[in-house]
Amino acid sequence: MQFDLNDPNILPWLIPAGPLLAFVIIVLLTNRARWLPATSPEYGGHHPDYEGMEVPVVHASSRVASIIVGMSGAVTALLLALAVVTQVAAYPERFGKGVFASSVDWLATGAGAFSMGVLVDPLTTIMLIMVPIAVLCIFIYSIGYMAHDPRQARFFALISLFAGAMLTLVVADNLLLLFVGWEVMGLCSYMLIGFWFEKESAYKAAIKAFTTTRVADVIMLLGIAYLYAETGTLSFREILYNAEVLDRLASAPAIIFGSVSAAGLISIFLIIGTIGKSAQFPLHVWLPDAMEGPTPVSAMIHAAAMVSAGIYAIIRMYPLLAAGGDPHHGEFTSPLLLMAVVGAVTALFSATIAVAQNDVKRVLAYSTISQLGFMMAALGIGAYVAAAFHLITHAFFKALLFMASGSVIHGMEHGEHHVHEHAHHHKAHHAHDAHAEHDHEAHHKHFDPQDMMNMGGLRKTMPVTFYTFLIGGLSLAGFPLITAGFWSKDEILADAWLGVTHGYGPHALVFVLLALAAFLTAFYTMRQLGLTFWGEPRTEEAKHASLGQGAVSITMTLPLIVLAFFALTAGFVGVPPDFPLFGAIFSPQTNPFFDFVKYTLLPEFQPAKPPFNWIPVLTSFVVALGGIYAGYLMYWRKPLQAGQEDPLISILGRPLHTTLRNKYYLDELYHALLIVPSQWLARVVAEALDRGVIDGVLALIARVFTWIGDLLKVLNTWLIDGVGDGIPRLIGQFGNWIRRAQTGRVQQYLLFVALAALVIGIIFVVSTGLLQAAG
Amino acid sequence: MIPLWMFLLVAAALFCIGAYGVLSRRNAIAILMGVELMLNAVNINLVAFWRYLTPLNMSGQAFAAFVFVVAAAEAAIGLAIIIAVYRNRRSVVVEDVNLLKW
Repeated sequence: MQFDLNDPNILPWLIPAGPLLAFVIIVLLTNRARWLPATSPEYGGHHPDYEGMEVPVVHASSRVASIIVGMSGAVTALLLALAVVTQVAAYPERFGKGVFASSVDWLATGAGAFSMGVLVDPLTTIMLIMVPIAVLCIFIYSIGYMAHDPRQARFFALISLFAGAMLTLVVADNLLLLFVGWEVMGLCSYMLIGFWFEKESAYKAAIKAFTTTRVADVIMLLGIAYLYAETGTLSFREILYNAEVLDRLASAPAIIFGSVSAAGLISIFLIIGTIGKSAQFPLHVWLPDAMEGPTPVSAMIHAAAMVSAGIYAIIRMYPLLAAGGDPHHGEFTSPLLLMAVVGAVTALFSATIAVAQNDVKRVLAYSTISQLGFMMAALGIGAYVAAAFHLITHAFFKALLFMASGSVIHGMEHGEHHVHEHAHHHKAHHAHDAHAEHDHEAHHKHFDPQDMMNMGGLRKTMPVTFYTFLIGGLSLAGFPLITAGFWSKDEILADAWLGVTHGYGPHALVFVLLALAAFLTAFYTMRQLGLTFWGEPRTEEAKHASLGQGAVSITMTLPLIVLAFFALTAGFVGVPPDFPLFGAIFSPQTNPFFDFVKYTLLPEFQPAKPPFNWIPVLTSFVVALGGIYAGYLMYWRKPLQAGQEDPLISILGRPLHTTLRNKYYLDELYHALLIVPSQWLARVVAEALDRGVIDGVLALIARVFTWIGDLLKVLNTWLIDGVGDGIPRLIGQFGNWIRRAQTGRVQQYLLFVALAALVIGIIFVVSTGLLQAAG
Repeated sequence: MIPLWMFLLVAAALFCIGAYGVLSRRNAIAILMGVELMLNAVNINLVAFWRYLTPLNMSGQAFAAFVFVVAAAEAAIGLAIIIAVYRNRRSVVVEDVNLLKW
């Protein structure tokens, strides 16, 4: 294969290579024993994230090396991705007719070979813009955020692998390669969520994330295997761009659940994979716990990679999902209905949980689940482009929000450190002031830098974080007209409304639930902003929260500013042309995003552009502004004072609030329904089956064999040893007997010789004579 | 001409004398001499058979010559051994030299 860097068919191969190579290089270069030690030999004492823990100091050389290598990987990926995008953009006429792709034969077995390759179509292109930008921002941010962590080499290696896996998944031209990237990300998320594995909650969260997604992944793999069995290929080009194959799959009955078509069953399996990966109800439980990882990892999981990958996969597989139906004319296939219902329910369900959370990152986690529900529901009603659009805008503003919340946490830790030092200082000079000391100790022990109840007023000390957080929050809330989130949510609602006007039930369900979810989204975003940044500081720590000066603060604020730019402007690529005023400015002829992405689909699947309608737009306005206003009334007009209770409790009533706060007790429910029985089963199996039956059988077999062994031993001593020893003994006795012939007297010997010669001579003579007589 | 059987008779007599000497004498030197007699009896046989049966073939003479050489070597080694034994045991009686036994 000729490698031509100007060939857009070939170049995508190189996009994942940068981060993957960075992973290999960092892992090989930095470790304890070699010339670039990961940590310096002397121990440094206090770890920023675990109380009273002795940790080695990070070695400056390995820190610099990991950052340089990791950054070069990310920058290479970005440059190559942009090169591919520009090359692709140079051939606009290609789309609709074919895609850019190349592949090699891999695993040639028997008659057929599995073809592995890369593919760039409009959907890939938009992902290739979003993913590397977000990844690079996360990398830059990590430099500052992880500056004091002792395991930076490990961090940058893993996050590079994460980015490489995501890019592999994006450029993959078949489901298997996509699944490879998918699983590598699963592994990376496991290791990064559990990055601070000394904390019990962190490793538990890592295991939870891994096992929950594993449940879904196994089912997804089942779907992939079934698809391969049905079609003999997993290539997107041969399945998704081939109406014939899709028709065949849609008309063939499935092997089980006869009422579903083969395409339907495969799709449902794939969707379950996404439900796990993109944390949809009921497999969403791992995502909030995944907050235990470092914040850049949260941003990576929630925005750039992991959960986007799930949605990307089903957007990619949409033709298969919709095969045999047409959501634009009210014909829903079962996978589409599943997505619409799961997505819409998840969107509303997790939005209600988010309003009652106090952990700054957990609110965002539930908002991620909710927004992913938006995308899933949009795809379920056939709003293909709208789902892809929301995926992109969401990635930008959610990466921004996560990193901004990371800055908040970092600032709060900074403040905590400040208060801590101040108290020590205080203690040294006023040792007799026992009361203050006690007060401080008690306070310090329970301080949680992620609890929004401890914050307030941070806008004064962290202005950049505040404004970027505000932009991200407004974008999430869908603040009309100027934020990216508005345009993508509006497009989903517009698509849903189009179905409602035709009287389609699923569209109506999606429209209503998503509108409610959008209202709640706006509300909890304002609540979060109000609790965190508005009012007066509620604790000493919040008063002193800041990012500090210098490189750390620059690396942490720069990505926020970049992402804030995208969070505001990314929506303008998809403004409907008939939207008053804005349509004329941003898309005078055509909706650029829509008319680009729709060519990912075959013409018969391409969605119709929803005509402009005031009802969904006004709905978007009302829910966003209504939610923002409600949040303003409750948390901005009268900011929460220190020690004051959340006003939401009195409005919702305490039992409801507690239920929401405890996430509808789903974790407890799963614990009771799944974990406790499986532990019980494990115990029963261990005691009854393992120790009783298996150990019993094994012991019995062992005893039988011991007995047989004893028997053989006796046989051995008697027979074999008897024979074995007897023969030499006989020979020895015979030797003893016969050696008496050795008298030592030469003449006697000679006599025997003479006699023997005589005897032999006689025998010879006699036998010769006999022979002659006979002859 | 003297018939062959006469040579054979002389040789057999000589061999028997030698064998008797070897078996009956106690003196090791006498035994050695007996051995020489036996060897010479064989030589007579070899030469006689050659002369009477295969005069055109020199193998009988050649064998006899070999036997001389071997007998000379044997006598030299045998005498040396006897001297060595004598030096150790002050005796040349073979019955005294009976260590090599069970």
